[in-house]
Amino acid sequence: MTTLRNFSRFITDTLRMITTGGPVYYLWVGFLLLLIAFGANAYIGQIHNGLLVTNMRDQVSWGFYIGNFTFLVGVAAAAIMLVIPAYIYDWEPIKEITILGEMLAISALVMCLGFVMVDIGRPDRFWHIMPLVGRLNWPQSMLAWDVLVLNAYLVLNYFVVTYLLYCAYTERHYVKKLVTPLVLLSIPMAVSIHTCTAYLYNGLASRPFWNSAILAPRFLASAFCSGPAILLILLQILRKTTKLSIKDEAIFKIAELMAYTMGFNLFLTAAESFKELYSGTEHMVYFQYLLFGLKGHNTLVPYAWASIIFGAIAFILFLVPKTRTNWVTLNIGCVLIYASVYIEKGMGLIIPGLTPDALGEIYVYTPSITEISVAAGIFALGFLVFTLMLKAAVPMMLGEFTISRGRKGAQPAKSDGHA
Amino acid sequence: MMDQDACQPSPGAPCPSGENNGRREFLGAAVAAVATALTGCGKLSKEEFLQHNFRELSKEEVLTVIERLEKEYKEKYGKDVKVANTPALPGVMFGYALDLSRCIGCRRCVHACVKENNQSRDPEIQWIRVLEMEKEEGVNLQVAEQYYNPAEVPREGHFYMPVQCQQCKKPPCVKVCPVGATWKEKDGIVVVDYNWCIGCRYCMAACPYGARHFNWGEPNLPSKDVNTDTHYLGNRPRAKGVVEKCTFCVQRTRKGLYTACVEVCPTGSRKFGNLLDKESEIRYVLENKRVFKFKEELNTQPNFFYFYGV
Repeated sequence: MTTLRNFSRFITDTLRMITTGGPVYYLWVGFLLLLIAFGANAYIGQIHNGLLVTNMRDQVSWGFYIGNFTFLVGVAAAAIMLVIPAYIYDWEPIKEITILGEMLAISALVMCLGFVMVDIGRPDRFWHIMPLVGRLNWPQSMLAWDVLVLNAYLVLNYFVVTYLLYCAYTERHYVKKLVTPLVLLSIPMAVSIHTCTAYLYNGLASRPFWNSAILAPRFLASAFCSGPAILLILLQILRKTTKLSIKDEAIFKIAELMAYTMGFNLFLTAAESFKELYSGTEHMVYFQYLLFGLKGHNTLVPYAWASIIFGAIAFILFLVPKTRTNWVTLNIGCVLIYASVYIEKGMGLIIPGLTPDALGEIYVYTPSITEISVAAGIFALGFLVFTLMLKAAVPMMLGEFTISRGRKGAQPAKSDGHA
Repeated sequence: MMDQDACQPSPGAPCPSGENNGRREFLGAAVAAVATALTGCGKLSKEEFLQHNFRELSKEEVLTVIERLEKEYKEKYGKDVKVANTPALPGVMFGYALDLSRCIGCRRCVHACVKENNQSRDPEIQWIRVLEMEKEEGVNLQVAEQYYNPAEVPREGHFYMPVQCQQCKKPPCVKVCPVGATWKEKDGIVVVDYNWCIGCRYCMAACPYGARHFNWGEPNLPSKDVNTDTHYLGNRPRAKGVVEKCTFCVQRTRKGLYTACVEVCPTGSRKFGNLLDKESEIRYVLENKRVFKFKEELNTQPNFFYFYGV
């Protein structure tokens, strides 16, 4: 009974906390809500008129939505992969890092599922894909696998985050025997969501650009670059705006590990490019379309090279200890690698996979206004989920807001007003 | 989230919510209402929403579904559309062969197919795509042209290769479908349950022949053009947001007729028949001509063959 009462207090207090804040907080949340409304409006138009309002067609049947989905699966996976070094090096702020990574993973997964939902032609039939209720073509379809692992990963992270915060809120120590195995389980789960997503493309013999044995390793390598980049910036913001103590060494250690994965990522990209371009079979056309343009169509070319150059610069910035430990160059590196992977694992993966199409036709795809608007709405939704979670989680993690202290009348987020 | 009244039901289609639904369970109706909002048109009935995969329906359920569909089509097109569910005939495995040396690229097959199979007219969905190839290049997709438009065909120095669903023995599209909305029938035809497809388009990415087509918008099929002789798994009118493909004219071939494309071809390039019947024309082609399979290296094992007859 006590647990039940405490839990309902936990819920109501959390709700109270996320609905009260300083002007900056309200402004930010208001801005996100506005963007969500904007995206929802565009989506309603898409539902009325069908996917005709996107620029996808039979030739390029997946586009911006699925590109963003793929990228964000990487973010969701990599956010939790930080737990590995956290355990290996046994940092002091291990709890904070873990929980932040998990919250980032939850937000990324919300966006992933959002992007899949807006991409399907018949959202009213979503129940067809639900296990037991519908008819999931498992284990044959890699999409069926992906649905299962993504949702399991979401539930797992959601449970761990809620449990850790509830313990902090009720001023109890979490049960290590419960949390440690779950956190450790989330590591192979993180690998599995990104591997499944890679296999989704990888298994299609009809698309030589995707049908490469190193696709899944490339997915993981690039995710280990982009995911931690977001967290690095986030950790810096949090320790400036809250009382969370995150040591410099912790950040520099993550950056050092990122340098290795970046180097590996570049190596894998080079290996793939070499194989295609040097052997020069007919499968080369997709790489040509991406890197050099084909038959006068070169929409992707500037983006592809930007991705490669950004990736290379970021690698150097992270590799050299001097630039790695300089906040300015470190943050420039973070932004560069994020942009690089966003291009590479988004449109740079989907579009050349489908262009030229199965019969050799080149359909030049660029996202429509509707696609961009809907995507903006989904990104805003993800940011909102993350903001609200942080708003409640940070004071709880710091022990500033607990079942006994939070009730003493003080405004929950008094410490800073903006989390 | 969305105002249902804002939807425009097509003329003559009464709103199902207006019917007496006293017997319907509240939950089902509520779910269907949400789902209606998600389809973006005010026409989704509870029965349609809750309909299960075709292969899981009992005989009676299939008949109920067909009755409902025929009623819907009558309301929508003002015509008596007959929806058959003729099963595969025992001892039949359909095969197709196309003579590349005879085809002149006139595209009569393309248009006959559209007329027969109730595809959307504008934008027009074409299940057959004819590739114009250069004779010097042979079958090379990188120099193929689908949008050729000379005053007269065949064009000097070119040959023509029509491509449609190859009805693979190992169809990658069937393998990848996350909900089992597409499958291979006993007579070798790969079909789609348009009422079960969720429109994820994974099958389109998986198909090496560009044979699958998506209804990006509401299919535009004028009443006067509706072919009323249909099959549940074949040419019955489709809805927005689902995938469709060539079914070897299942509504015709299971009645012993030729496909529309075979019938219309002026050069006799198209051969069709039962692969299990030793006396069939298709067996004659396999026996006496040298055939090849398109993208044979992908091991999709088509029941569709190409050959050089002359």
